[in-house]
Order: sequence, then C-alpha cells, then structure tokens
Amino acid sequence: MCLAIPGKIVEISPDNRDSALVEVVGVRRKIDLGLLQDDKPVPGDWVLVHVGFAMSKISEQDAADQMNTLRMLGEIEGAMQEVQGYGLEEVN
Amino acid sequence: MRFVDEFREPELISKTAEEIRRLAGTDRHYRLMEVCGGHTHAIYRFGLKDILPENIELIHGPGCPVCVLPMGRIDDGLAIAQHPDVIFAAFGDMMRVPGTQGSPLKHKARGMDIRIVYSPSDALKLARLNPEKHVMFFAIGFETTAPSTALTMMRAKAEGICNFSVFCNHVTIIPAIRAILDSPDMRLDAFIGPGHVSTVIGCRPYEWIAHNERKPIVVSGFEPLDMLQSIVMILHQLRKGEARVENQYKRVVPWEGNRAALRAMAEVFELRPYFEWRGLGFISQSALGVNDKYAGWDAEQRFEVPGVRVTDPKAAQCGEVLKGVLKPHQCKLFGRECTPEHPIGALMVSSEGSCAAYHNYEHRKAAMVSLSSVA
Repeated sequence: MCLAIPGKIVEISPDNRDSALVEVVGVRRKIDLGLLQDDKPVPGDWVLVHVGFAMSKISEQDAADQMNTLRMLGEIEGAMQEVQGYGLEEVN
Repeated sequence: MRFVDEFREPELISKTAEEIRRLAGTDRHYRLMEVCGGHTHAIYRFGLKDILPENIELIHGPGCPVCVLPMGRIDDGLAIAQHPDVIFAAFGDMMRVPGTQGSPLKHKARGMDIRIVYSPSDALKLARLNPEKHVMFFAIGFETTAPSTALTMMRAKAEGICNFSVFCNHVTIIPAIRAILDSPDMRLDAFIGPGHVSTVIGCRPYEWIAHNERKPIVVSGFEPLDMLQSIVMILHQLRKGEARVENQYKRVVPWEGNRAALRAMAEVFELRPYFEWRGLGFISQSALGVNDKYAGWDAEQRFEVPGVRVTDPKAAQCGEVLKGVLKPHQCKLFGRECTPEHPIGALMVSSEGSCAAYHNYEHRKAAMVSLSSVA
C-alpha cells in the first residue's frame, strides 16, 4: 500500500481519458489518471503509482532510481504482486 | 558498513557519511525523527545506523498507517463484515493485523467474505460485479492513499453505484507531528520529512514546525544517499541555529503538492473532531471522515458500528516505542511473545513498523554476531 511503483504510460484509453495502460517491468495493467488532472501524462511519460492511481509524473531516470530503491528494499516482489493485482486479476 | 557495496555511488555515500561525521562533531547529541514508515524500513534495511556517528540518534515516527490504527477500528470493520451480504475488501497489508477475535485473514478462514484488493477502484469494481452484495472498502493510509479513496467515492456517486461504501480510517500526518512535539517526554532536534505524503500535501504544511517550533524539517527521498543528504542538510541548519523547511526530494515532490489530489480529498472528506491513534491516544482533527454529500457511501453512516475500544495488552509497550521513548528491543514482549510471525502489537505486523524492521534486520544481525563470537 505504501509502495510507490514507477510505470510507463503505454496508452490512454480512447473512451476514458482518466484510464491508462501502464507498463511496470513487462507487466501491463490499467491505472487511473484522475489525480493528475492538472498535468495529464501522455504515452511515453513515467509516473509514480500508488494503489492503482498515478500520483506524480517523474523522469525516466527517477523511475529507474525508484525501481532500484524497491529492489534494495526487497520490495520488488511486493510491487509486482500489487501491479498484477490491479483490475482484480488475482481476486476473481 | 555492510550494505555500502550494494549501493549506487558508494564513493558519494562514503563522502556524505564523512561530511555528516564532520558536521556532527562530538560536542553534542542529535535526535532526529524520521516521520515516515518507509524511511524506517529503509534505515534498517540499508544499515544506515552503522554508517552514522554515534551521536546521531534516529527516532522512528508515527508514519506507518497500519501501526497507528487502533485495534477497535479493525473490530468495528469486521463487525460490519458479519452482515451476510457484505464483502469486506482491504489492502493486503491489513490482512494479518490482529483484531480482538483475530485478523481479517482468520475471519476469512472462518467463512467471512474477505477480499484483498490492490486499489480502491478494484473494491468499486467488485461492487459492480456483485450487484446483489454490498462491498465495504476498509480504507487506510495517510495522504498518499486518501486521494485515491476520495476519487473512487466520487466515481461511485457519479455512476450511482449504491452497493459500495468506505469504512474510512484515513489519517493526516501534520496533527501527529504536533502531538509528538507537544508530548512532554519527547525531545527532538529535527525531522526527516515524509517523501510520498509530501507529493500530495507539498512542503508548505510543515512551515509551522520551522517557524513556531524552531525545528528543521527536510523532506527526503528513500535511497540511502537521499537520507544521508537530508541529514547533512539538517545538520547544516542546526549548526547555524536555523530552522527551515527544505526539500531534498525535489525530483518527485513539488513544493505546492498535488492540487488535483487535494481537491478530491476536499470534495469527499472532512476532518473528524478527534481520532484515536494507537500509542498516541486521541488527537484532535487528525483523521478524515466522510462528509454529508457522500453519506450514502460512508459505511459508518450506513451500518451500525459498535465503536469498540480495545486497550493494548498491558505488557506491550507499543506507545512508548511509537513515540521513540523506548527502542523496539526494550519492550518486554519484543522477540519473545511478539514476533513478525505472531504479532501482538501492530508495529510488528507491517514491514514498515519499527519493531518488525528492527526484528528483521538488527535482531538477526545481533544473533549472527553472538553466534560468530561463540564460534
């Protein structure tokens, strides 16, 4: 829950501008962009994701640094589990 | 310095550590509080204490939302989940947190419909998928997760989804810092400010700490170098007798925060007059409740809530540890009755809780040292 997971925006949903496909280390899931209304990301941008919502735009370098921090903290597995769980993929 | 070799830029880390040593000198003791549980975890994981000079003491703050939630709130949430039509949805972090009758996971094993979700929007999705049921999302977290809960409730209202509600346990960090500063047994020199909370609230809300309390606060990133640089910035201020808010984590934290996230919170939530924090007691205006506009999506207004209050086991000293008066291993239950496998206090449940962090890294290290001295 407290993990900030870096993801790359792959695609904005054509029918819902607040929904985007992000990629986190090869895993693609939908996340919510509604909390970045003032500074909407576009495909190719990097964002920090908390509980399925993009919370801030970051640079590619910062995304790599954050991934490295998660690795050093032993939290990569937890982060991947969280991302894979978005959209209830593991619930139902 | 066991982990230094794993770090990026080990030379820069050694240089920064040297700078800290020079600034800290030997003439006084420094007590710095890291507010955020993520920082606590990082400090233990990276072995930062081994890098810092002895006269710099890090006190672990209240910034682990699972740890500060009183047991009675878990009992209240589980009481609502007793209704046969209710699905109880919560983040995985909550699942092992003990209530009086056991954790949500134990209740699940007894047949209650309890689901792990990784996002509040997935709790709303569960409600869409199960129109004959009521989905109650057990919301928890500081300002990092509160905006997501708020936006999800706005979506539920806009779509007219009525079989969804939120049992709101969101808390705000500033009143907790104030309570700690007001506590008579607490002496602190400065704060390492939370990183991700600050992406939402920005740096401005900390200004009273510098202006009124005359304590430096530096908002910090989570890498070892980030935290060491933040300590350098704090020491510079303390040596000069200054007290300012500084932002070491500029690459992620804007000074003004995230206005869209703050707007979502303002739309849905209002400050509760008071809220109980585990270990810190009741703190006024320290938590978010659901406002009247969203009453239909507020579990506390839709269901009867018993309002359970549970005192922590007498022997457990979570409160003293949470305030930094005791170190985790100084609690009578630490590592004996209370372990990460069988937690009694909440500080032992989350990996961001100071007891679990201490147990996982320091305790193990101490055990290895004593083994090697025997050999």
